[in-house]
Amino acid sequence: MSEPLIPIVGVITDVRIDTPDVKTFRVVTVDGKKAFEHKPGQCAMLSIPGIGEAMFSITSSPTNTEFMEFSIKKCGCVTEWLHSAEVGQQITIRGPYGNAFPVDTAFKGKDLLFVAGGIGLAPLRSVINYVRHYKDQYGKIDVVYGSRSKEDLVDYNEIIEEWQNDPQVSVHLTIDREQEGWDGHVGFVPNYVKELNFTTDKTVVLCGPPIMIKFTLEGLKSLGFSQTQIFTTMELKMKCGIGKCGRCNIGSKYVCKDGPVFRMDQLSELPDEY
Amino acid sequence: MKKCSKENIYKVFNALSSDYSVYVPVKEENRTFYKKYFDGVVLAENFKTDRSAKDFFFPQSEDLMKFKTQGKSIEIIDEREESEDFIIFGVPACDEASLRILDRVFLAEPVDTYYQNKREHGVIITTACSRPEASCFCSTFDIDMARPQGDIRTYKIGDYFYFEGLTDKGNKVLDKVNALLEDVDQGEVEKEIENIQKVKEKLPLKDLSVKDFGADKTQEFFDRKEWAELSNACLGCGTCTFVCPTCQCYDIKDFNTGKGVQRYRCWDSCMYSDFTKMAHGNSRNSQMERFRQRFMHKLVYFPTNNDGVFSCVGCGRCVSKCPISMNIVKVIKTLSKGGENE
Repeated sequence: MSEPLIPIVGVITDVRIDTPDVKTFRVVTVDGKKAFEHKPGQCAMLSIPGIGEAMFSITSSPTNTEFMEFSIKKCGCVTEWLHSAEVGQQITIRGPYGNAFPVDTAFKGKDLLFVAGGIGLAPLRSVINYVRHYKDQYGKIDVVYGSRSKEDLVDYNEIIEEWQNDPQVSVHLTIDREQEGWDGHVGFVPNYVKELNFTTDKTVVLCGPPIMIKFTLEGLKSLGFSQTQIFTTMELKMKCGIGKCGRCNIGSKYVCKDGPVFRMDQLSELPDEY
Repeated sequence: MKKCSKENIYKVFNALSSDYSVYVPVKEENRTFYKKYFDGVVLAENFKTDRSAKDFFFPQSEDLMKFKTQGKSIEIIDEREESEDFIIFGVPACDEASLRILDRVFLAEPVDTYYQNKREHGVIITTACSRPEASCFCSTFDIDMARPQGDIRTYKIGDYFYFEGLTDKGNKVLDKVNALLEDVDQGEVEKEIENIQKVKEKLPLKDLSVKDFGADKTQEFFDRKEWAELSNACLGCGTCTFVCPTCQCYDIKDFNTGKGVQRYRCWDSCMYSDFTKMAHGNSRNSQMERFRQRFMHKLVYFPTNNDGVFSCVGCGRCVSKCPISMNIVKVIKTLSKGGENE
């Protein structure tokens, strides 16, 4: 009988340095396969025995049949340990957890606007690459992505080489301050979203630091977007991933099982405790 | 229904001990707790234990799995074993009801097999409460202390224990000791139930009502200003959560044994400041928020997700154990809109 708390062993087969504090880890099972199937937006529990277990969004698209990727920012015990890991290191993995972006319903046939800040791109990369893969089912894709500096943009090479060359995708990059060697946009994400003056027929997906989310929401509202058009993905402390350990709740909803994806109007009905 | 004398009850325990571990309530040094029965163990006068029967199914600390690590390699060792068959004797109605509340958490998909295994092997013998405590309020949650559920229900009447099998699991146990049991006069039990009803009517909290609380009342209660005063003296000690038969929150931790890593789970408390603390911050920073979480969970969030069922059975342990004398009864009274709780 399977037990949801017992993980399987995974192997790190590639470590990519994205930014000074973000690395992307490629993970497969011991026999070289993808650990399990997932939907865009779902998460997995990774652990290093003796250090601890933590929940991460699966960064790679479900359409990738060979492996999973996780873009992870160094900010706590587990992430610090992972950042010191080398190729060949085994870890444990269990999942998938949570709901997913509504790629088969609310997103179907829609123009999509993705807005991300910093490491907030990690959970969106999965769904962006998913809709790029099934491009006939979706409209135009806009990606607004900002970071402190050029060096802090996660997935920079993939954005430049793949997304910018995809005729269906318009990429709008921005960094917080002027920087030598950067001739793109400079300024904060919320202001850039307003400047780009998007039409309100788009469905929006937002992920980034709380302050970015707050001001981007205000910007989108001033452009005429309603909360029912906007989706986000949440993160709270988790231990079990299956709605039993009792800590990742916002009101009666558990982020691990009822989330992490929420529509803004549904999220705003919950207590402001996140 | 069958009965056996108070002397013969020990013969019943002895007979059952060959097939089951039998746990019975005993009182030693002012502490009432379940003790594994062996010859000479004496039943407590009052069966209400300091800690509930929850501990048998969801223990305070429990090993989940082991890891062996060598270089970059990891081996996961699943340590689950089939639970022994066991009997818990003398469980009050409230504590039996709490197990059915925990079932809603641990047996919901995906099933927690550690809990399920123990639940399948455990036989619950309940005992009707003829001597409830002043802090008891199980009737608030429609729990009948005179007709407890479980696999077997018992009554302590005069010099006899009366047994009534309620499930196949319970009847199987009774069959094993049939030779030690006598036939009964059903009227004795009816009289006892009437007696208990009279005792219930005298309980100080008999009129406590939770009718204002329940599913989908989050917006009504979350921002109430009374939370600040109710939580003001809370020490965040977590005693209420640890003695609570329905509190289910847990932590998962790793312990380096020197020979490998032991992953275990242990009770955690929403009253603790690090319960929701993560690298980037804490979603419940103040004790007020943590206090509010506990009671919102029991009175609103849990009913919202569980067909209106509250996550409290009125056992009264938190009422008698809280060092600052704050408890769910005061929370219910303060936040109710008036009327019967005034």
